[in-house]
Amino acid sequence: MKQYEMVIGLEVHVELATKTKIFCSCTTQFGGSPNTHTCPVCTGMPGSLPVLNKQVVEYAMAVGIATNCDITRYSKFDRKNYFYPDNPQNYQISQLYLPICRNGYVEIETQSGTKKIGIHEIHMEEDAGKLIHDEWEDCTLVDYNRSGVPLIEIVSEPDLRSAQEVITYLEKLRLLIQYLGASDCKLNEGSMRADVNLSIRPVGAQEYGTRTEMKNLNSFKAISRAIEAEKLRQIELIEEGKTVIQETRRWDDNKEYSYAMRSKEDAQDYRYFPDPDLAPVVVTQEWVDSILNRQPEFRDAKIKRYIEDFKIPEYDAQIITSSKHLADIFEETVELSGQPKEASNWIMVETMHILKVREMEPEKVSFSPSNLAKLIKLIESGKINRTVAKEVFEVIFDKDMDPEKYVEENGLIMESDEGALKEIIQKIVDANPKSVEDFHGGKEKALGFLVGQAMKETKGKANPALINKILKEILMH
Amino acid sequence: MSNIITDETIEYVSILAKLDLSEEEREQAKKDMGSMLDYIDKLNELNTQGVEPMSHIFPVNNVFREDVLENGDDRDNLLSNAPQKKDGCYKVPKTVE
Repeated sequence: MKQYEMVIGLEVHVELATKTKIFCSCTTQFGGSPNTHTCPVCTGMPGSLPVLNKQVVEYAMAVGIATNCDITRYSKFDRKNYFYPDNPQNYQISQLYLPICRNGYVEIETQSGTKKIGIHEIHMEEDAGKLIHDEWEDCTLVDYNRSGVPLIEIVSEPDLRSAQEVITYLEKLRLLIQYLGASDCKLNEGSMRADVNLSIRPVGAQEYGTRTEMKNLNSFKAISRAIEAEKLRQIELIEEGKTVIQETRRWDDNKEYSYAMRSKEDAQDYRYFPDPDLAPVVVTQEWVDSILNRQPEFRDAKIKRYIEDFKIPEYDAQIITSSKHLADIFEETVELSGQPKEASNWIMVETMHILKVREMEPEKVSFSPSNLAKLIKLIESGKINRTVAKEVFEVIFDKDMDPEKYVEENGLIMESDEGALKEIIQKIVDANPKSVEDFHGGKEKALGFLVGQAMKETKGKANPALINKILKEILMH
Repeated sequence: MSNIITDETIEYVSILAKLDLSEEEREQAKKDMGSMLDYIDKLNELNTQGVEPMSHIFPVNNVFREDVLENGDDRDNLLSNAPQKKDGCYKVPKTVE
């Protein structure tokens, strides 16, 4: 069999994190009773007038700058015409001719080094409503809460060659956008959606094969599986002497199978034309500069700074910065505690452990950095030992409780009072003559047993070094 | 009339416009569309070299609103325009993707 390679381009839709919709002052909040987040504009009432949300333009420009795009100085909106009840106007307001950003790229790490993935364009558009099939009456119910929620569509060049490259590219985009605060980019909730354009060709060929577009991909795993399956499907067709038909296919991740979405009678002719309701967007150099000045520190820069300034290992820096939220918690904890190594350890070890066990997303971490910083200071000052600290950390993680208050109320302050400890240990020694005898007989294990008893007696809050010292003193006399 | 609209074209356009035309209406539509294209041909006679394509008829740009929430729940009012409704939704004929 011939060797084939894939040629993949992605269309990534991202829901922007604005408070209100792109063309009206309705909330973008997720959920809500059907149609309670709507107005005459987003339900397409005749005579209503869309007015562009400035924040949408600024987010789109910020993403464009972060992906090395040229910002279009004169940009405008067009109507994409189609009849479908998810769109009450019978057209979607989008940008075809003059999109806000063009000609960019992002760099991804691949097995064979750094690779540039071209960004063809980024345009602004509105989301559609939701269709709910009503089983009882065999009709369709429409909820327009999502209609008019702002989207950007990031269209890549066909530069991707494998499922792995696609995932790496998407991860990179997601982090960039999360760092910008332009979207939370959740694939499973639909705030980031990727359509995969894929064709195959014999290795070494220059011309492209016929491509298909795959939709309904709700996780990175689904994207990987869909790409592999589509590659095989196209290879089989070609090997059998058949041809690939240019079509849109819908992926069913449960069946791991895709099927053609639109029938032939459904013509794909959107008859775009400039939207006369919306004025063009003119972007000045000053405006671009002001966005540029507000760009955050991105992941690569953070990793470098953590290694240099905080002296933490590169691996740790990568894990912490894999979520903007974790990186924020880390940096504030360092700021408050002055102990980067400790702050890093609590995030790398304990936080990651709890996230893994509970299958939680890092974004769901809700404790405040000030409480973690207080915990670090309690250890530093010798008020609690590490065993207790772990227990307290779980309370901080779950309830974001003030650790000083918690150890006080629960009597967890480390027992470092020599007199008091001596008394406890003497009692233990008196109660365990056999162990004392074993110890003198040369059994080191017996000492461990006695230390354990002392820890148990003090409910784990004794200073372990001090117990060892006192115990040896008593036994040697 | 110099532009002749074929049956295929009118069929295609009626599918796009979701129109079910009678024989009589088809013939009329063919005529109307032909004369519209004739008018466009007339415009094409103008020399437009060096003229930027116009994207908006008014000399305005950057008409923005700030990202401030102003609208509340106006569902009942909006749904009163719907021919059919159910459970707070617009009810439409069954649509299969």
